[in-house]
Amino acid sequence: MVNSLRSGGDGRRSVAIALLSTVVFFVVVAVAITHAPGWPEVRSQFFDWGQFKATFPEVARAFLLNVKIFSIAEVLILVFALFLAVLRSLPGPVFFPLRALAIVYADLFRGIPTILVIAMLGFGAPALGVSWVPKSVIFWGIVSLVLIYSAYVSEVYRAGIDSIHPSQQAAARSLGLSHGQTLRRVILPQAVRRVIPPLLNDFIGLQKDTALVGTLGAIEAFQQSQIDTNATFNFTAYLSAAVLFVAITIPLARFTDWLVLRDRRRRVAGGTA
Amino acid sequence: MSALAVEELTKSFGKHVVLRGVDLEVAEHEVVALIGASGSGKSTLLRCINLLEAIDKGRIFLADREITRARDVNAVRRRIGIVFQSFNLFPHMNVMRNVTLAPRDVLGLSKAESEARATELLERFGLADKRLEYPDRLSGGQQQRVAIVRALAMQPELMLLDEVTSALDPELVAEVLQVIGELAQGGMTMVLATHEMSFARDIANRVCFLDEGRILEVGPPEEIFTRPKEPRTQQFLERIIKARRL
Repeated sequence: MVNSLRSGGDGRRSVAIALLSTVVFFVVVAVAITHAPGWPEVRSQFFDWGQFKATFPEVARAFLLNVKIFSIAEVLILVFALFLAVLRSLPGPVFFPLRALAIVYADLFRGIPTILVIAMLGFGAPALGVSWVPKSVIFWGIVSLVLIYSAYVSEVYRAGIDSIHPSQQAAARSLGLSHGQTLRRVILPQAVRRVIPPLLNDFIGLQKDTALVGTLGAIEAFQQSQIDTNATFNFTAYLSAAVLFVAITIPLARFTDWLVLRDRRRRVAGGTA
Repeated sequence: MSALAVEELTKSFGKHVVLRGVDLEVAEHEVVALIGASGSGKSTLLRCINLLEAIDKGRIFLADREITRARDVNAVRRRIGIVFQSFNLFPHMNVMRNVTLAPRDVLGLSKAESEARATELLERFGLADKRLEYPDRLSGGQQQRVAIVRALAMQPELMLLDEVTSALDPELVAEVLQVIGELAQGGMTMVLATHEMSFARDIANRVCFLDEGRILEVGPPEEIFTRPKEPRTQQFLERIIKARRL
């Protein structure tokens, strides 16, 4: 992405052109929106500076819960999805049941809408009334997100594993490395590097979907902004929540691009990366 | 004692029969060259010997012990080094790590031991200054030499070389052939599939001509290259001579 942003190529002049066209574009969009007939109404309902200042601290506090949810979920997903992907890559007829299980799992959890899984587990599991089953909706919210996103991320891992040329496997196995050693030392390190951008894409989706845990009653950023909106009949609190989500996801996207670029630079002779 | 023996080896991919009963015996310290047209089964034969391909019929012996249905294929493979046409170095590891990976993970050598072994080999083949480079930054010839060193670091009793110069620019072929020549002088047992006929003539003790999945003719190089008996061998060599490759 950093590459494509810079793809004009020709030094200072192309930077100037890019800057100018960006400014023109945004001025045109801004003028078009602010001249719409309903704009004054929209501005007072969604872009009320006073409301923004009033609601932002509360929403930001609630957003910490979103951060907590996705931080825990992401770590668990990285591990669980890798486990699923490895299950699916096991060779030979002996492992067919495990492979089949991993496929059924991925199909199922990619097929059910996120909000349904969250509702079923979040309301259903605590209702079982079993003493050792946690009652916390946040716990079940995290479990739901892990179950769903692991299905997606395991597919991403698998695509990465499949993209490594079979000759790498042959080279490693011919040296006497076992299937597991080959996977751990040769295939996965290369596969994971390749899938960092799509992996991050899924994590951006996950970070946004933490708002769905609010439907269980947990006071996270979306739920908090809804409370504020209901109290004031002004939607600016939503904007506070939106700003917070974007403030987390955009730097993450740029960081990943930087990681990818650094890795490529390190391996390939200067300039061509 | 023979280092390697192959009996009646048959291998097909689906309906396509690649090897139709190959017999081959290689003595210790012997260098055997496999020649023949593309698709004659040279590469497949090497991959079968290394157990990278499951065979349909036949038996394979390594140092007089049968390995055909070895329970522990990894234990067999660590005794056989193979070098591929396309190098197949691990691109995410530097040269040193490429070479030390298997000695450490498979043989259980310590970091210091494996690096000492690798350094010695890299120095011997003029690659000492490349030890911290990544494969992408090396020339094809250097990459292939590293691949040979990587295989040698396992101290194999047999080396299989699968058209190791075919993917190289012409000016880089010599440096790789020189390495193989040194190995032969050092007494390494080798089976090499090659299109480099003059090299095969210089280095091999015996040359096998493969045709349509069979070893059609075997003999010392001077015999195969100057007085081939089989008409198919004669045709093949004539084509090579016309292409100025001999």
